[in-house]
Amino acid sequence: MATKHSRSAARLMMAPAVILLLGWMLVPLTMTLYFSFKRYLPLRGDSLENGLQWVGLENYARFIGSSAFWPSVQATLVIVGGVLLITVVFGIFLAILLDQPFWGQGIVRLLVIAPFFVMPTVSALVWKNMFMDPVNGILAHLWRFFGAEPVSWLSDASVQSIILIVSWQWLPFATLILLTAIQSLDSEQLEAAEMDGAPPVKRFWFIILPHLSRAITIVVLIQTIFLLSIFAEIFVTTGGAFGTRTLTYLIFQRVVDSQNIGLGSAGGVYAIILANIVAIFLMRIVGSNLDR
Amino acid sequence: MGRIVLDKVKKSFGEVTVIPPLDLEINDGEFVVFVGPSGCGKSTLLRLIAGLEDVSDGVIQIDGKDATDVPPAKRGLAMVFQSYALYPHMTVRKNIAFPLRMAGLDQAEQNKRVEQAAAVLNLTDYLERRPGQLSGGQRQRVAIGRAIVREPAAFLFDEPLSNLDAALRVGMRLEISELHKRLKTTMIYVTHDQVEAMTMADKIVVLQAGVIEQVGSPLELYSRPRNTFVAGFIGSPKMNLIGGAEAQKHNAQTIGIRPEHIEISTTEGMWKGTVGVSEHLGSDTFFHVQTPISEEPLTVRATGEMSLGYGADVYLTPRPEFLHRFDAQGLRIE
Repeated sequence: MATKHSRSAARLMMAPAVILLLGWMLVPLTMTLYFSFKRYLPLRGDSLENGLQWVGLENYARFIGSSAFWPSVQATLVIVGGVLLITVVFGIFLAILLDQPFWGQGIVRLLVIAPFFVMPTVSALVWKNMFMDPVNGILAHLWRFFGAEPVSWLSDASVQSIILIVSWQWLPFATLILLTAIQSLDSEQLEAAEMDGAPPVKRFWFIILPHLSRAITIVVLIQTIFLLSIFAEIFVTTGGAFGTRTLTYLIFQRVVDSQNIGLGSAGGVYAIILANIVAIFLMRIVGSNLDR
Repeated sequence: MGRIVLDKVKKSFGEVTVIPPLDLEINDGEFVVFVGPSGCGKSTLLRLIAGLEDVSDGVIQIDGKDATDVPPAKRGLAMVFQSYALYPHMTVRKNIAFPLRMAGLDQAEQNKRVEQAAAVLNLTDYLERRPGQLSGGQRQRVAIGRAIVREPAAFLFDEPLSNLDAALRVGMRLEISELHKRLKTTMIYVTHDQVEAMTMADKIVVLQAGVIEQVGSPLELYSRPRNTFVAGFIGSPKMNLIGGAEAQKHNAQTIGIRPEHIEISTTEGMWKGTVGVSEHLGSDTFFHVQTPISEEPLTVRATGEMSLGYGADVYLTPRPEFLHRFDAQGLRIE
């Protein structure tokens, strides 16, 4: 297969796809970079036709200098970290449960995956109105049933609420990946450990968990990529108030609410840098984990 | 120290009975081989002894104590699995030390025992490697090492050599026999390969469909098979089993004669036949001879090299003292 001829043919045939993907990535990136060095306030009459004023690094300085910047970075990391922790821990737990043979396994597995197919906007609305509403929500009823004062989740425990909603969405994904990993574990290994005198907890710790390490890193990597950009859940529930303004949301506010495209673009570049820092860390960990 | 007694042990999965009530005694220090065709329940029987499966009925005694409901770890048995079941994320050292670590031995004692085992098994140079970096035979030895550090009352082997290539298998066979001679611990070994059974066992248990067909030393099984199944299963190449008129002459339903117990001659003999395929091994020559007395060709062994053309006429004479006779139920007639 790997003759010179077939290799150049392969390159030729892949070229359209590669060029398309590259363009898809490069055009927005270049535009963002371009706008980030310009004053671009559409409501004040700035437009591409009239030419935009070059302002150097002013947008960057303003974005990072705003009092909202560092709290937004913190909120982003807290939400991403919280969701990762919950989905991985409960994902492993659920995966082990689902791996046990029980009646109705097929249907239960399907139900477990279901939240993943609900659109973020819809699931956030469902949580907001059906569960977390301080007057009519199920949780409020539950609290009242036990004689407690209902919690107004989205204002008093806003970050936790967002973490809960997003975790609910991503738990199926983690469970699914971890379940397939558990199923690939050779049952003879567990039996050998059993014969070697390892009780269930130690079997989990010494055999199952190391076996899952690869799947866990993959779950962490993929989820991080998507979680850094969560938006709909915040938009629908708190609208960025009560400390839930993530970096993504801050950029959105700068561009759409304040109609300052240059400032928002500068924020976008910061977001790219943040994502890359996180990605480098993750790649290091994943890389050392996947090599084995 | 390693006497295992099965008393009316029965195993069924749902409606299907895999092992009907079965009695068996394994004495201390014996090398017992369970042999039988695939699906005969030999692995299940081993797993019952190990405690990895629950018995449906009956009692398993280990060293005189009822071990039927004792969890596997507490039975004092060590098992070597067909897939070796090594822990891929641990080094060889940690793999071998795992049972010691679970038993809560201190680090120094663990190291001492691991190094002893490694020396016995020629693994000293590989202690820091991971199983993925070892060859099949080395992995096999690590699995054995993990079993011997526990100093168990008995070793259980579940077809340990079936994943190795033929040359390595012969070598490991010797190593395991050697180990048994040195440790003098009870070993129970499951295989479908009758050559392994014959060469290694003190006592062979031939199983078919969960039923013990015969228990005995390799030579007992070879020279006095209790029924036609054992007769056909033990020995290589297989015993020739002849029915019909020829068997009637000997007052039997079936007669059996091993290939090595038939004289072959080009001039005279009891049965006349024509040579079919011949297999030349150098040390021996096997002929497949078509005769009028049976539909199947008879296998005949000639020592050394002997050349007979395809379709040549030969005469065969069974040695009467080695003729086995079986009745209508397939049981041996003395």
